[in-house]
This record gives sequence, structure tokens and C-alpha cells, in this order.
Amino acid sequence: MASTRSRPLSPHLTIWRWGPAMAVSILHRASGIALSVAGLAVLSWWLMALAKGGDSYATFEKAAHGPIGLIVLVGLTWSFFQHLLSGVRHLVTDTGAAFELGVNKTSAILTIVGSVVLTAALWLWILGYLK
Amino acid sequence: MSIGDSSTPLGIARGLGSAREGGEHWLTERVTSVALLLLGSWFIASLLFLPKLDQRTLVEWLHAPSGAIPMALLVVVGFKHALDGMKVFVDDYVHEPGSNFVINTLLLFLAVAGAAIALYALAALAFGGAA
Repeated sequence: MASTRSRPLSPHLTIWRWGPAMAVSILHRASGIALSVAGLAVLSWWLMALAKGGDSYATFEKAAHGPIGLIVLVGLTWSFFQHLLSGVRHLVTDTGAAFELGVNKTSAILTIVGSVVLTAALWLWILGYLK
Repeated sequence: MSIGDSSTPLGIARGLGSAREGGEHWLTERVTSVALLLLGSWFIASLLFLPKLDQRTLVEWLHAPSGAIPMALLVVVGFKHALDGMKVFVDDYVHEPGSNFVINTLLLFLAVAGAAIALYALAALAFGGAA
């Protein structure tokens, strides 16, 4: 263990290819961090702006309606749905189910398809295209 | 089982049983995730079915108990779940015990501060006069 002699390493860290399961695993973590940091910051700012009203809310609204604000809000919506769906998948695998290769892969793909569809549907509704 | 010089860290740990901690954190993360599944769905559904998403409608929504109470729960459970999730992330990548403790403590302070700000704003909306 304490040897400083350089030892040959297995090539497992460099030889791999993307698969749905690993993509969803990373997306779950990335979307969780996005929601924890940006999501809760925006939520707190939004509530504070509503509470203070007037200029405070005007500032929030201006930021939210700008191109950057829209990208952040759509990104957070997608993070929310992705984290929600892959979170439900995690709860299922926590019971020991859905580890069969086919089911595992299909459910991973479905979380991504679902999050994109739900995000698109929500924003089309909010922007008035589905009303 | 005698432990000789050739024992690996895994070999030393084997047979000692669980660490007797960590289970509560794991379970709390799951329980809060189920709560957020409900509260998050409520939040999205509310945004969908509010007649308009302007300041006046939103303030009236959060002034009423039917809006303020679930939103307060969303804030508290959301910050708790975010804190538990960020701890997993930090524990995975920050192995030095001192840095790990400092970062996790910093995140705890940030989460409590953020939740306090959001709850203050909600209290102002709920108990203040509707704008």
C-alpha cells in the first residue's frame, strides 16, 4: 500500500463509452446541484421580490423576462423534471428492482425523453401556445 | 481472525459490522424526495392553473393559506433535501476530513440562511395585507 513505485493502472478510466444509465446518473447529480444552488436562489429571490413588491418585483421580472433569465428558468424547469423522473427511477432501483439490462436502459432513456417533453409542454403553456 | 501486516483497509473493516451512522441521512433523503414529488407537482400545477402569472395574482395566491402553507413546506423540505444532496456530492469528492467538515458546515449555514430568507418573505406575504 505504501509503495511509491509507479504501478501499471487498469485502463478502465479511459476506455468506456456513454450509455443511458451513466448519462442519467450524471444528469441526476448535475440537475440536483443546479436546483440546490440556482433553483433555491431564484425561488428565494422571487419570494422576496413578491414580498417587497414595487421596484423589487420589477427588477426580478425584468431579469426573468430577459434572454438570460429565460435560459436560466427553462434550464431550471428541465433540471426539475429530470431530477424528479430520475429520482423516481432511483426510488424504484432502491427497492432492488429494474436492474435488468433492458429495463434499466429503457427507464433511463424514458427519464430524458420525459423531462424534455414536460419542459417543452410547460413552457408552451406558460408562453400561451397551449391555452 | 488475526490481522497481519498484509491486511488491506477492506480486510481490516470486514466483520466489524456497519458504521452505525449514515442510514438516517440516506432515509431522510428518500423521505424528503417523496415529499418534494408531491410539493413540486403542486407548485407546477399551481403555475399552470393560476389565471395569470403577474405580481398581483401571485401575491394573492401566496397570501391565502392554500398557497402559503404548501409553499412554506416546499421551502423547508426543499432546502433540507438540497443540503442532504449536496452533502453526498461533497463527501464523494472532498476526502480530507478538515475541508470536508468546513464545506459541509458552510453549506449548512447557507441552507439555513436561504430557508430563513424565503420563509421571512412568505410570512410577509401571508400575514401582510395583500397588495
